[in-house]
Amino acid sequence: MTLLTAFARVEAAAAGRARLIRTVRHVHLGRRPLVVIPLQLAGEACAPLAVLLGDDPDKPRLLTVYEPRDRARRFEFAADLAEVILGHLDGYLPVDDASDDDAGDAGQDTGFSHDRAPAPEPLPDAPQLLVPNPNAAAFLRLLGRSTRLRRTDGEYAVRPTVPLLGRWLTHYAERAEVPGSVLLLPMTTALAEHWATGQSDLEDANLAALLGWIDPAEGLTGQQAARLAEDPVRCPPAGPVTDPTFDNEVLEGRMQAIRDASQSSDAPALARAQAAMDAALHGQLAPTWELMWRAHALLAALPEAAHAERRWKDDRRSFTAQAAWLREGGAPQPRRDSAVAAAKRLARLEREQQRLAVERAHDDPLVMAEYRLTGEAFAGTVVDADLTRVDTEGKKAKLRPWLIVRTTDAVIVEPGAVLTCPDYPSQAAKVIHVTTASDNGDNDNHDDHEDRDNDNDPVGTLVTLELSGGMGRALAAPPGTTPGLADVVTYTTLRDDFQPAPQFPSREETPWTHGGPPIEYVPTDDDAQEPWS
Amino acid sequence: MSIEDAAKRARQATDRILGSLATASHGVVVDSPPGAGKSTLVVRAAAELADQGERVMIVGQTNEQVDDLIDRLAADHPDTPIGRLSAAAYLPSERVAAHQNVAARSSVAELADHPVVVATAAKWAVLKDVDRTWPWAIVDEAYQMRSDALLRVARLFDKALFVGDPGQLDPFSTVETERWLGLNWDPMSSAVAVLLTNNSHIPVHSLPVSWRLPASAAPVVSAAFYPFTGFAAATEDSDRRLGWNTRPFGQNSFDLALETAARTGWALFELGHRHTLPTDAEAIAACAGLAARLRQRGAVTISERSPEPLPVTDDRIAIGVTRTVQAAAVRRALRELGVTDVVVDTANRLQGREFDVTIMLHPLSGRRDATAFHLEAGRLCVLASRHRHACIVVARAGIPELLDAHPSAEPVHLGVPVKFPDGWEAHQAFMAHLARHRVCAA
Repeated sequence: MTLLTAFARVEAAAAGRARLIRTVRHVHLGRRPLVVIPLQLAGEACAPLAVLLGDDPDKPRLLTVYEPRDRARRFEFAADLAEVILGHLDGYLPVDDASDDDAGDAGQDTGFSHDRAPAPEPLPDAPQLLVPNPNAAAFLRLLGRSTRLRRTDGEYAVRPTVPLLGRWLTHYAERAEVPGSVLLLPMTTALAEHWATGQSDLEDANLAALLGWIDPAEGLTGQQAARLAEDPVRCPPAGPVTDPTFDNEVLEGRMQAIRDASQSSDAPALARAQAAMDAALHGQLAPTWELMWRAHALLAALPEAAHAERRWKDDRRSFTAQAAWLREGGAPQPRRDSAVAAAKRLARLEREQQRLAVERAHDDPLVMAEYRLTGEAFAGTVVDADLTRVDTEGKKAKLRPWLIVRTTDAVIVEPGAVLTCPDYPSQAAKVIHVTTASDNGDNDNHDDHEDRDNDNDPVGTLVTLELSGGMGRALAAPPGTTPGLADVVTYTTLRDDFQPAPQFPSREETPWTHGGPPIEYVPTDDDAQEPWS
Repeated sequence: MSIEDAAKRARQATDRILGSLATASHGVVVDSPPGAGKSTLVVRAAAELADQGERVMIVGQTNEQVDDLIDRLAADHPDTPIGRLSAAAYLPSERVAAHQNVAARSSVAELADHPVVVATAAKWAVLKDVDRTWPWAIVDEAYQMRSDALLRVARLFDKALFVGDPGQLDPFSTVETERWLGLNWDPMSSAVAVLLTNNSHIPVHSLPVSWRLPASAAPVVSAAFYPFTGFAAATEDSDRRLGWNTRPFGQNSFDLALETAARTGWALFELGHRHTLPTDAEAIAACAGLAARLRQRGAVTISERSPEPLPVTDDRIAIGVTRTVQAAAVRRALRELGVTDVVVDTANRLQGREFDVTIMLHPLSGRRDATAFHLEAGRLCVLASRHRHACIVVARAGIPELLDAHPSAEPVHLGVPVKFPDGWEAHQAFMAHLARHRVCAA
C-alpha cells in the first residue's frame, strides 16, 4: 500500500465513507458487458452449482445444476452455459468471412494476440465479462480447464459447445493475467483500485462490504453499511463459495427433495422441487446481481483514462485472434506451458506491467502523486530555460536544451538519471545537477516576517535537465515541443522505453538446461482428467 | 583454523572442482558462501580451460560484475587475450581499459581469436552473428540469474560451470503469478534451480571457507543461512582487529555500539518499539549517525592483509537497507552530516560486494507485520555477510515478538521443493545471536 492510499484509508475511516483515490477510471467498461456470477458446491473443487448471468440488468438468467456431484449433470450445465455465453460472444464476431484467414499461431500463447504475423485489425468491440471477485474469475478458469479438453464422441461424450466454451473461458482467464487487461474483470478489484475504504484489503474482497463503504445506504456510515453486509442472511456471499448455513439449512434439503422425486419418478414433484431450488439459489444470487450493476454504474460515472482505450484495443485484438484461431480449428490450450512458451509469456507480462504503471501515472495526477511521495517523480516550475542550447561536442551538433526546474517535492534522483514528462512522452530529460535552492535572490522582495516561518527550511530543490528527442531534426525546437519558462511540469523516472521483444530459442531448440525439446503436444483424453475430478 | 590450514582446504576444494570439469558430462555447479573465493575459482577455471586450448565464454549478470571479473582475470593472466563483449554504447571502465590484454568489441566475430570472452547474460542473449558454440561456459552469480535468461544463452555452449551463492536474494519478477509453480522450467526461478531439476546428475560442490567473514561472523551466518552445507572462517579472532585512533569525549550510545562492534564483531543498536513508515526518521538518523561517528573516531583495522593498522576509508563502510526510498533517505541524512563517499544501497545492489564495516537497517524494524518479502532469508543474509570486521544492526525493539506473531504462512505448492533456509527461522536465529550484542539508543 502506498503512503497516499494509507492516508486515504485513514481519512475514509474517519469520515465513514470511501475516498476516491483516482481522478479517472483506469479500466475500460464494455458497451454491453456480460455479468456472470457463479456459485460452486462446497467441498468439491470446481463443482458448478448455479450461475446468474446476463447483459441486461432487468433480465438475469439463472442456470442451475440440480445434482452437482453427478459429473454428467455438470457437463449438461456446461452446455447450457455455453449456449448463453457463446450466444453472447457470437454477437461480436464478424458475420461470416471465411476468406479472412491470417490468424497466425495465436493459440500457442493465449492471452496475447500474436505479433509476429501482421496483426489483423481488431474487431471494433469485444465482449467483456464482469465477475464479482477474483475467486469467481479463478472459478471460470477451472471450469474452462475442466471442459476445454473433453471429447465430443465416444464414451462420456459432451456436446460440441462444451469444449468450445472451455477454450473461450480459458482464453478469458489467461488474458486476465495480463496487467491492464479488462476482458474478464473482477468487480472488487476494479472498485478497490479507484476507492480507498476504512477496512482491510481482505475485507475489501467482499463486494457488498466494499460497496457499503463507497455508496452506503441513506443514513448509514461506511462502517455500518459494511457491518450489515457481513450478515449472510441480508447479504449472501457473492460467491463462488456459498454460505455454509445456507448449505446446511436450505440447499441440502432442496437437493434431497430433488433426489427423492427423481427416484420415485414423480414428475410434478420433481418440477416443484427443482423450482424450489431455483428460487433458493436465485435468492442467494439476486442481491449480488444488484450490487454488480450498482458497481458498474459507479465506475461508469468516472471519466475514462486516456490510455484505457489503448489497453482495450489489445484486449480486442486478443479476442479477434482467438476467434480466428478457433475458426481455423486450432488446438486447445495445452495443460502446461513449455519452457519457451513460459519464458516468452513472462517477458510479455513484465512488459505490459511496466507499460501499465507508466500509463496510469501519466493519465492520473493522483497516481503520479504516489510516485512524487516516494521521490520517483517531482513536480515544479521551470525557473530557467535555455531552449536553443546546442551540444557541439560530438561529430554532429545536436539540439540539447537545458531546463532548471524548481520543486518542493523530495527529490531522490541523482545526476545522470533519465526522466520523462507525461506532457512530452517522447522526450528524454537527463539530470545534470540537483542543488538545494538557496534563498539568495529569490526572496529579495519578501518581507522579513514572511521569511521567519521557514527560516531554516530549504526553499526547495533546483534540478537541471538536458532535453533530447521529440523536437524534430532542426537545431531549433519548434514551439510547443518543450516546456517553457514558468510552465508547471512533472518529471518522473517511470519510463516506457521501447524494448524489442526478447529473442528465445524455438521450441525445437529448447536447450538441455531446460529439459531439451518438449515432445509435440497432442491433446489426449487423459488431458481432461484431473486428480480431483 | 589457521590461515595456512584454510588455504590448504580451499585449494583442495578448488582442485577437486577443476578436476571434475574434465569428467563432467554437462556441467558442474559450485555453491559459494559469502567471500569464499568465488572469483578466484572463476579466474582459475577460465585460465586452466584456456590453457588446455578450449575457448571459454564467461556469463556475468551486470556490467559492474563483468568489469570486476575482467580486472581480476587480466591482472592474474596478463598474457591471455581477453575479449569484453558489450553494447556499442559501452565505454570501457577505467579498471578494464587499464589492461593491455583486454579488447572491448560489440561483435563476437571481432573477438574470434580471444580464448576468453566475457559479457553480461543480456549481451550474450542478443548475439546474432554466432556461427559456432563454445565448448565451455562459466556462469558467474548463477543464483542471481533467472532461468529465462539462461534459456536465452544456453544454445551458445556445450558444457558449463555454474558458480554462485545460494544464500543470497533469489531473482525476482515484477509480475506476480502462480502459473508456472512446480514446472521444471519455471521462468521465475533461478538458473541453477531449473538446471538441477532438469539435470539431476550434475554434481554440486561447495567452497569450504570464507575469506571475508571474520571468525565472529562465519559461524553465525553459516548456521542461520547455510544450515546444511556450512562453512568456516579462514581467519581466527586474533587475525582481525577493529580499533580507533581516538577516544570518545564523554560517551554516547553511538560510541557504545561502536565499541561493542569492535570488541565482538556485532552490535544491535536498538531504538524504542514503534510502528513506523519505511523511512523511519529516527532509524535513518541512527544509520547515518553511526557511520559519521565511525569516521570521526578514526576507525582502523588490522588483518591478515596488513599487520600495520589501516584506516577504514569511506568506501570501506556500507549502509545496507531494504528499500530504495530508505537508501535515498540515508544518503540525504549523510549529506547533511557532510559524509558523501559511504556506500548506501539496498540488499539487491550490495550482493557480491565487500566492506570493512557495515551498518544495516533491519528489514523488520518498525514493521507491524512480517510479509514474505521482509522475511526473505536471502535479503538478511546479504546484509549480514558483507563485512570483514564488524556489522552494526539498527532496529526497533520488538522484532522477536513480531516474528512470533507472524509465523510463515506461505502456501505450499505441489512440485515446488521446500526452500531452505526458512526465512522465519533464519531471522529468529539471527536475532537470538544479536540479543547478546544489544546497545539501547539513549
